[in-house]
Amino acid sequence: MLGFALAYGAVGWFLDNSYYQLVMTVVLVWAVMGLAWNLLSGYSGLVSFGHAAFFGLGAYFVVIAQIEWGLTPWLSIPIAAALGGLAGLIVGVPTFRLRGHYFALAMLAYPLALLYVFEWRGYQEATIPMRREAPAAFMQFDDGRVYIFIALALTIGAMVLTRRIEQSRFGLSLLAIKQDEVAAEAAGIPTLAWKLKAIALSGAIASAIGGFYAVVQLVVTPQSVFGMLVSAQALIVAMFGGVGTVWGPIIGAVVLVPLSATLDAKLAGVLPGIQGVVYGVAIIAVITLAPDGVFWKVRDHWLRRRGTAPQRTSSATPVAETVPGDFSASKDGPQSVLEVRNVSKAFGGLKAVSEVSLDVRRGEILGIIGPNGAGKTTLFNLLNGFSAPDQGEVRFNGENLVGRRASEICRRGVGRTFQVVKPFRRMTIADNVVIGAYVRTRTDDDARTLAAQAMAVVGLTQDAGLIAGNISNLQLRLMELARALASKPTLLLLDEIFAGLTSGEVEQVMTVIRKLAKLGITIVIIEHTMRAMVQLVDRFVVLDHGAVLTAGTADVVTKDPKVIEAYLGKKWAANA
Amino acid sequence: MIAAQDIENFLNLLAAGLLTGAIYGLMCVGLSVIFGVMRVINFAQGEFMMLGMYMALGAFLFLSNAGFGDAAPFIAALLAGIPIFLLGIALHKTLVSRVTGLGGTALQGEGHYAQLILTLGISLILANGGLVVFGSAPVSISTPLSSMSWGEGALPLGDNVLLFINRGQTIAAVVAIAVVIAFALFMARSRLGRSLRAAADNPRAAIYMGVDVDRAYRLAFGFGVGITAIGGGLLASSYPFQPYVGIEYVIVMYAGVVLGGLGSLRGAFFGGLTIGLVQQLSALILPNQLQNTAIFVVFLLIVLIRPEGLFGRAARRA
Repeated sequence: MLGFALAYGAVGWFLDNSYYQLVMTVVLVWAVMGLAWNLLSGYSGLVSFGHAAFFGLGAYFVVIAQIEWGLTPWLSIPIAAALGGLAGLIVGVPTFRLRGHYFALAMLAYPLALLYVFEWRGYQEATIPMRREAPAAFMQFDDGRVYIFIALALTIGAMVLTRRIEQSRFGLSLLAIKQDEVAAEAAGIPTLAWKLKAIALSGAIASAIGGFYAVVQLVVTPQSVFGMLVSAQALIVAMFGGVGTVWGPIIGAVVLVPLSATLDAKLAGVLPGIQGVVYGVAIIAVITLAPDGVFWKVRDHWLRRRGTAPQRTSSATPVAETVPGDFSASKDGPQSVLEVRNVSKAFGGLKAVSEVSLDVRRGEILGIIGPNGAGKTTLFNLLNGFSAPDQGEVRFNGENLVGRRASEICRRGVGRTFQVVKPFRRMTIADNVVIGAYVRTRTDDDARTLAAQAMAVVGLTQDAGLIAGNISNLQLRLMELARALASKPTLLLLDEIFAGLTSGEVEQVMTVIRKLAKLGITIVIIEHTMRAMVQLVDRFVVLDHGAVLTAGTADVVTKDPKVIEAYLGKKWAANA
Repeated sequence: MIAAQDIENFLNLLAAGLLTGAIYGLMCVGLSVIFGVMRVINFAQGEFMMLGMYMALGAFLFLSNAGFGDAAPFIAALLAGIPIFLLGIALHKTLVSRVTGLGGTALQGEGHYAQLILTLGISLILANGGLVVFGSAPVSISTPLSSMSWGEGALPLGDNVLLFINRGQTIAAVVAIAVVIAFALFMARSRLGRSLRAAADNPRAAIYMGVDVDRAYRLAFGFGVGITAIGGGLLASSYPFQPYVGIEYVIVMYAGVVLGGLGSLRGAFFGGLTIGLVQQLSALILPNQLQNTAIFVVFLLIVLIRPEGLFGRAARRA
């Protein structure tokens, strides 16, 4: 990074032509914009088409502050950053409730709305007043090179910030959110909180650089700072150069901005709008040929030539000697660790869960069985917070869970695995498990240690460096178990954990589950494999058509004629 | 006491809202084919509309010279759909199909991310390319009809209320409704329409049933942009336009489709109609320049409060 700064600074120092100096400055402006966009959208995957909103706010604030209150940009730019952060939060709170493309469309609306508002208020063109008596105090320099250096400082600042975030739990959590938000939430990641932090920082940086841009350009119009091309440039520069990496926006800006500026300067008379066309072509080329950006394409290519398999995230160096972790669950608390009372959930006309009541005793292994469509997974979704019941209560250690977010419920001690495993495909097994450990640890080092301990319990230590997208079903199941274990749960909800496993693998997983049960962790397990269940489970609850059919030990349940009729079939009855 | 002036304002805005709303409805039907039925995000929808406007202008100049008189703008609008339809097919074949349908399933997030980006790129190229080809000066299709109202200058209603209902806009609205009905019948009755709906509902099953899903998607994309282009052509006689006009209408169209509910063509039409009404009626309380801001606010409210819209199928399963 230092090398880049020195090299760039050196080139800037030797440039005489003021136009080129301006271009070099503007390159950095867009690099920082790209970094700001990357911080939200590159890492988290929530594509923002509206970063112009922050950029424009920053630009107009700096200009208006100087016109109305005589405030120098040295002060107004940091204030603009604060305003940008606030704007990010204001925008984020309602907009993060939207999924995928709705989010992108909504983000598009904000700068456009602001554009109309500013035009309506009469700010068609706002110029920064010249201050000849104290130009330096107002960031007004004759020598264009000074601006390059200021921009360089801002760029390095943004890069350092991004780097630190990338390597911390903030960055990894954002990546987890990008790859599977539901799984992240279940693992205890407070997804909304992280997203808000990301957009606040992103908005702050965008506003700051927007303010600086206003100082450099001297004139702002609504179209030039709120317009579509601004949002598009931020996005394109980051995407072209490389999503989710600190170098991406730099590469993108260094390549695209001079290219389009030069074409614009030379051809604008004949081909107005050539800039837009260049960006359009660049983005189409990138998304079809190198969807993650030039940086990753080049790096993967280079790694492949050297013979190393390309990896996306830095895998944790497997901790060699780990003190065995303590995952034993507390014995304190009511005898019924989970009390479900009269819980119902309907989807339109379909009553998926119908007045279900059950108790889960501390330390037991409870099996939930029932035919397909009986409502078992829906019940789990109600228990760990993905759905809210239409009626009824869920009390965990005496506390009502209904209405709480899944990540909060995880923090209180409920862990969950999924019917179809939800790995963070582009991360290593170790990183997947670390995500689960964040909710229980304050520092990132502690999280890695806890994750290593969890992996040791399930037996995945030797596989820790493998990328989750390429592993076997058994490894996936064990990994998800380790990820849930890393949050030190009191109660584990396992949804068809044996699905797709061979009988030998089923034995292996059962051994791990028994180990966890011995530690005092209460386990509720949905399964179909009766043979395994009968050996593992203390008690059964049978669901059918959303309601509890019966409950009891294996003997009682397998001989109950209602159960046999609904689920097991006459053959089982004959062989029981 | 509500003054006659207020009633007059309200009724005139209501009429304007219905008339522009009908054309918005048509444009939303076009988007609905792509977004609602194919679930593809087409960020460039506004640019196809813009190209439709320019095609209509070209056709109009030709037709009025050829002596088609008053009917020229409307026939021009209909004709404008054809080149845009073909352009849509070509773009789908070369680019869009890589990130949608079967080509898109391999991509992260089912290709939605890539669709956004790709169509953003197309939108930039079309808008700025348009700037190069057409220049930045606003133009419009002007005919005597577009500045005449029904009646002797106005329609009197009661004592003090005068209704100014634009003739050109009325005919345009009727044409728009006619196209919507024709298209709806086509989708419901014809074999091609049924295979389009099947391919949209369940591409895999449709393939097993012998439907050429790729071709169906390609045609759907072509129809989607072509219909929106016709809507643009109809708007062209009432409002001036320039190559950057697309971006303003993208939100209008998405707001209408989302309001009406995904997957429902009828919903899209009424959604567009409602947006037109909101836009015009907002002039009662907001200054003119903020009309579109009112639409954005409505759009945000819809996606936050009732994302499935008025007629849409409830989407989410946990």
